[in-house]
Amino acid sequence: MNSKKIIGNAWVYGDNIDTDILAPGPYMKASLAELAAHCMEAIDTSFACQVKKGDIVIAGDAFGIGSSREQAAQALVELGVAAVVAKSFARIFYRNSLNLGLPVLFCPDIENVDKGDEIEVNPETGVVTNHTKQQTFQCEPIPPELMTIVNAGGLMPYLKSKFAKENKSG
Amino acid sequence: MSINSPQTLAQKIIAKASGKQHVVPGEIVTCQLDLVLMHDSSGPRRVKSRLEDLGAKVFDPSKIVLVSDHFVPATDPESAEILALTRRWAQDNLVNHFYDMQGICHVMLPQQGHLKPGMFLVGGDSHSPTGGAFATFMVGIGATEMTGALATGEIWIKVPETIRINWSGELPDGCSAKDIMLFLCKKLGMNNNYKVMEFGGETVRAMSMFERMVLCNMSAELGGKTGIIEADETTTEWIKSTGQAVDIDALDWQSDNKAKYEAVYHFNASDLVPQVAAPHSPENTDNVDVFSDVTVHQAYIGACTGAKLSDLHMAARVLKGQKVAQGTRLLIAPASVKTTEMAAKDGTLSLLTEAGAIMLPTGCGACAGMGAGAIANGENCISSTSRNFKGRMGSPDSNVYLASPYTVAASAIAGKIADPRLFLTNQP
Repeated sequence: MNSKKIIGNAWVYGDNIDTDILAPGPYMKASLAELAAHCMEAIDTSFACQVKKGDIVIAGDAFGIGSSREQAAQALVELGVAAVVAKSFARIFYRNSLNLGLPVLFCPDIENVDKGDEIEVNPETGVVTNHTKQQTFQCEPIPPELMTIVNAGGLMPYLKSKFAKENKSG
Repeated sequence: MSINSPQTLAQKIIAKASGKQHVVPGEIVTCQLDLVLMHDSSGPRRVKSRLEDLGAKVFDPSKIVLVSDHFVPATDPESAEILALTRRWAQDNLVNHFYDMQGICHVMLPQQGHLKPGMFLVGGDSHSPTGGAFATFMVGIGATEMTGALATGEIWIKVPETIRINWSGELPDGCSAKDIMLFLCKKLGMNNNYKVMEFGGETVRAMSMFERMVLCNMSAELGGKTGIIEADETTTEWIKSTGQAVDIDALDWQSDNKAKYEAVYHFNASDLVPQVAAPHSPENTDNVDVFSDVTVHQAYIGACTGAKLSDLHMAARVLKGQKVAQGTRLLIAPASVKTTEMAAKDGTLSLLTEAGAIMLPTGCGACAGMGAGAIANGENCISSTSRNFKGRMGSPDSNVYLASPYTVAASAIAGKIADPRLFLTNQP
């Protein structure tokens, strides 16, 4: 099990951060790097240029609602986001994120987080700690079946090792 | 829970696909896929290298339907390359069900007779719930997951709870399934995550398959896992009309009488008036008269949600003998080539173009922020599509209002958002 700590600074957004905000349609033909440079620009032009590797996105309900475009989650990975903690997620976005190895946690009770707060996330226990405010939230842990995919680095590395094992044994 | 306890339609299909007699909500099961739908945006361009990386082949080419609908027709070298790659991939992987520029995937699937009650399917697109109108269980997935589905022919799923939404009464003239869904986005919100939205009641039974598709299609906007409608004679008649055989058990795909729903809602369709969703969310919905001051720069009839033959008929009933207002442009992108063909045959197309409509190529187009019909800073567009997120149809500072094809057509004539009931004719 991969037990490395996820600690980073918070970027805080509200409800219904949709896939057009995360991966704007007009840039869907572009490279991932170019698309990611426009991530969130409809609501926050500072995000894509200032977000640092390891930062954590905190949001409200229905994060990732809209399209099935995986680039919505991929853009966050590309920009170095280490985890997303939201009151709730759109289901395709949720699956896409785990499949890309990005931990995403349901946390209906999360509150009082400000931009830049230092946040620690444990996806296996579901504990989210705001070190700046000295507050702890119990979120829904990522189920163990899905944690194996996240810990493998996503569905592709997971399937790769699974296929390799099957080939060896059979 | 006993093995014989009643199940919803969604549970029954998941049970069949996972080789079980019975499944319960919350259980994680692995389902075998009856069919996989992909398009040019989330399909070959995203899965090809991943499949190669895995050293995997597609599980069964005959169970794959590939549609080019997002980047069509190519508008620049990048989209041309994406389409070329899509065509090569179809050929290399022996995918015979490849519909190249023939229509939007969610419309092509039923049009070509691929959907039958009881099927379990995935689609590489968020509007995949559309297929549920045919008593199938169909969910949208992303590209990495699609790679896994193509390589293994299966997918894990957490058995969802079902919400039953009953409609009774007759829809007033000038109202449609689209108005029902905008009303529901406001009423139920967009966070019905992981729930199956099962539509029923006499209003739904009376609907054509085209209109039922709108209900299931916009289950995505309710945040649902998918939408679903029980099979009846309307379903089987459609299947026959595509030249496909109807399975003996087709009409058995029903929820059990005493199936347990997470919630049951009842609404009366006869109370409905035309609905409009204001920027930038489908849940910002209100009655059409609330928006009568809004100037319309562009009126758009398009996409899987709003450009089927039935949608063009609605527009034509409003536009007959009228003219699009000065300063307003009306763009229409039919949902499939066959839609255009049928509309040309029955006279609909000439009613639309005589009113001043500009016909665009078939495809997802401006609804997905692609192709023709993008809108500028400060412009307002009223659209028969399903999403009005910020920047979806062009500039981040443009505004998209969602409405039925009736209301979009009426607004094109008035140059402002307008009530279609003022313009309804009996044609075509």
